[in-house]
Amino acid sequence: MASEFHRGVVKALHDGALRGHLRRAMDSLMEKRQALFPDVDELESLRRRCMQIRAHALANLPDLLEQLEQRCSENGIQVHWAETTEQANDLVYEILQRHGVKQLVKGKSMVSEEMGLNHYLEARGIECLESDLGEFIIQLAGETPSHIVMPALHKSKQEIAELFHEKFPDIPYTDDVDELTAAARAILREKFEQAEAGLSGVNFLVAETGTLCLVENEGNGRMSTTVPPLHIAVTGIEKVVEKLADVPPLLSLLPRSATGQRITTYFNMISGPRKPDEKDGPTEVHLVLLDNGRSRIYADEELQATLRCIRCGACINHCPVYTRLGGHAYGTVYPGPIGSILEPQKEGLDRLGELAEASTLCGACAEVCPVRIPIPQLLNRLRWESVRQDGDDETKGQGGRRKATQAGLWQAWASLASHPALYRIAVGSASRFRRLLPQQLGPWTRVRKAPQIAEKPLRQLIEQEDKRDE
Amino acid sequence: MPSETRPEGVYFYATCLVDLFYPQVGLAGMALLKREGLKVIFPGDQTCCGQPAYNAGYREQARQVAAAQLDLFAKDHPIVVPSGSCAGMMKHHYPALFAGTERHSQALAVADRVWELTAFLTDVLQIELQDLGDPLKVALHTSCSTRREMGAAHAGEALLAQLDGVELVQQDHKTECCGFGGTFAVKQPEISAAMVEDKTRSLRLAGAELVVSQDCGCLMNIGGALEFQKEDRSQAEGPATQHIAEFLWERTRGQ
Repeated sequence: MASEFHRGVVKALHDGALRGHLRRAMDSLMEKRQALFPDVDELESLRRRCMQIRAHALANLPDLLEQLEQRCSENGIQVHWAETTEQANDLVYEILQRHGVKQLVKGKSMVSEEMGLNHYLEARGIECLESDLGEFIIQLAGETPSHIVMPALHKSKQEIAELFHEKFPDIPYTDDVDELTAAARAILREKFEQAEAGLSGVNFLVAETGTLCLVENEGNGRMSTTVPPLHIAVTGIEKVVEKLADVPPLLSLLPRSATGQRITTYFNMISGPRKPDEKDGPTEVHLVLLDNGRSRIYADEELQATLRCIRCGACINHCPVYTRLGGHAYGTVYPGPIGSILEPQKEGLDRLGELAEASTLCGACAEVCPVRIPIPQLLNRLRWESVRQDGDDETKGQGGRRKATQAGLWQAWASLASHPALYRIAVGSASRFRRLLPQQLGPWTRVRKAPQIAEKPLRQLIEQEDKRDE
Repeated sequence: MPSETRPEGVYFYATCLVDLFYPQVGLAGMALLKREGLKVIFPGDQTCCGQPAYNAGYREQARQVAAAQLDLFAKDHPIVVPSGSCAGMMKHHYPALFAGTERHSQALAVADRVWELTAFLTDVLQIELQDLGDPLKVALHTSCSTRREMGAAHAGEALLAQLDGVELVQQDHKTECCGFGGTFAVKQPEISAAMVEDKTRSLRLAGAELVVSQDCGCLMNIGGALEFQKEDRSQAEGPATQHIAEFLWERTRGQ
C-alpha cells in the first residue's frame, strides 16, 4: 500500500526538470552560505551561543510566555492563546469580523500555512492576499509553499512568466525577473492601500520588552504591519527569547544560514500600536500564539530541541533527500529535515512516522543548523518511538508503525547476533551456500548488483591463519 | 587533531559486512596495523555493532547485540574499526543506548577507546606509507559517518596524499551522501536510487579509475550501482571500488 509520501516521492523523482532546477537552486544556496562563513571558529562559537539562547528560552518557556504577555499588554498589543489551529483561525476571524474586514493582506507566515488560514477565511468571505513575492506566486498557482523560506523555489522563471501571463492578461508577457517583480509590486501596492487589515508572522518574540521581531527582504512585511489600520501577528509559542540582547546573535546567523545574505533588507521591531501622537502605524495590534502540539514536544527533554528552530531552512538547503524531492513530496507544511522531526510529532507518528525514515542520517542538516538541533539523533529517537511497545504515550501516535513481522525479524536477528556460537554457524552456512542465495534482492537490485558473500568469512580466514602460525 | 601515545596492542573490530562480504578488507586492515608493530587482537566472538536495529528504531534488540560486543574488549587497548559508521555507533551511540543500565560505564569505557581505522593510522600511528603501485586516478568517497560523526575526513585524504602514484581526483558534491543509509536503501528505495545515480555520475565525470571509501556500506551501494550500470547500459568502464584499507595495503606491501 503506497503512502501519500511515497506517491509524492515517485512523482517528484520522475520530474526531471524539477530535479535539475532543485539541484541548481540548492547548490547556489549552499555556496552563498559557505561564502559568508569563512571563519569556522567564529561560526561554531556563534552556533553555540545561538543554541544556548534558544535552549535557555525553552527551559524557561512558561515564565517567558507569561512575561511576554504582560509586556505586550503594557505596550498595547492584545495577546491571544490558541491551543489548536481551529482556535487560532477562529480568533483571527473574530478580530477581522469585529472590524468588518473584507480584505486582508499577508506578510509571509508559515504558522498561517499551518493553520490553513487563507482557506478558512476565504470560505467566510474574506479575501486574503499574500504579499511576499514567493507566496504571491504560489497563491496565484493555487499551490502550497515548497520551502519555508523560499516558498516558490520549485518554480522556474519561465513557469512564473507563464503563470503571470495567464493570470494577468493585461500585462505584456515577459520572463525578465525585474519586470515580473515590478508587475507584482504594482499589483500589491494597490492592495496594501485597500486592505483593512494586515497579518504577519513573527521571527522572535522578546519577553523582556514585549517586542515582535520580523525579518524580511521585500518590505512587504513592513507594509503589511504598518499600512492597514489593524495588524494581527500569528506565531508559535516557541518563538520567544528572553531579552533584546538575544536578538543580534540570532539575527547574525539567520539570514546567512537561510539565504546566504549578511543581513536582510528589512528588520522590523514592533512594540505596539500607533500612539496618540504618532502619524502612522496600525491602531490595533494583536498577537495570536499557537500551540498546536508544541507543548507536547516541549514536555520531552530530548525532543524539546525540535523547538529551538528559527526557521532558516539551512537544513532543507543541505539535505540530499530534499534536493531530490522538493518540498511538495513531503505532503506537509514544513518539508525537509526540520519537517521530518516536527511534523510526525505534531501530526502523530502513526500518520507521518514514515518521514523520520526518509533520511540516510547523513548529518548534513545538523552540521549547518544555526541552533545545533541534533536532527539525526531526533530522527532516530522518532524511529524508536514509532515502533516501541512499552510506550509512555508522550509522543503522539507512539508505537503506530510497529508491525509484528518486522519486530519478529529484528528479534530473530538479535538472538543470532548476541550468541556468537550461533552467529558463527549462520555466517559459515551463508558462505558455504552462497551460490544458492538469490541474486535479485527486491528494490536493491533494481539499480545495483547484489553484494556477493565471500567464499570464507573473515573469522574463518583468521582462524586458518592462526593455525598456520602455530 | 587528537593524538595518543602509541599503544602496544589494539583490538580489531571488523564489522559484520567485512566479515561476511569483504573479508580481504579485514585482513588488509589488520596487516597494516601489524606492520606498524602492533599486536592485533581479533576477538573471535564479535558479530555486529547493533547499528541496523538501532537505526530501525529497535533499540532493545540493538542493546541486546551491542551488549555482547561490550564484553569483547577486556584489555585497555584501542578498538580499531574499518568503518566510520560502525565506529560511530560504538563511540557515539553506545553511551546513550546503555544510559540508565548497569552496563553504562562499560559502554562509556568502550566508546572512549573506539577509533575509525584511517584516523587511527594518521592521528595515533602517524603512519608513513611508501607507494609501490602504478599511476592511478583515485576518488575518495568519505562516508558521512566518517566525515561528520567521527570527524575523520582529514585522515583518508592524508593517507592517499602519501601515495606518490595516486592522483586524487575530485568528484562534484563530494561531501554529499551516496544514498545508502542502511535500511534507508530498502525503505526508501527510489530516493536511494536517485542519490546513488547522481553519486556514480559524479565519480565517472571526475575521471576516477578507482573509488575508495572508509565504509563497506557505501561501497556496497556505489560499487553495486557501478557494476549494475556496466551490465544494464553497457556503459563505458566505470571506476572500480575498493575499501581504503585494502587499497593502502596493496599499494604498499611490495609483492
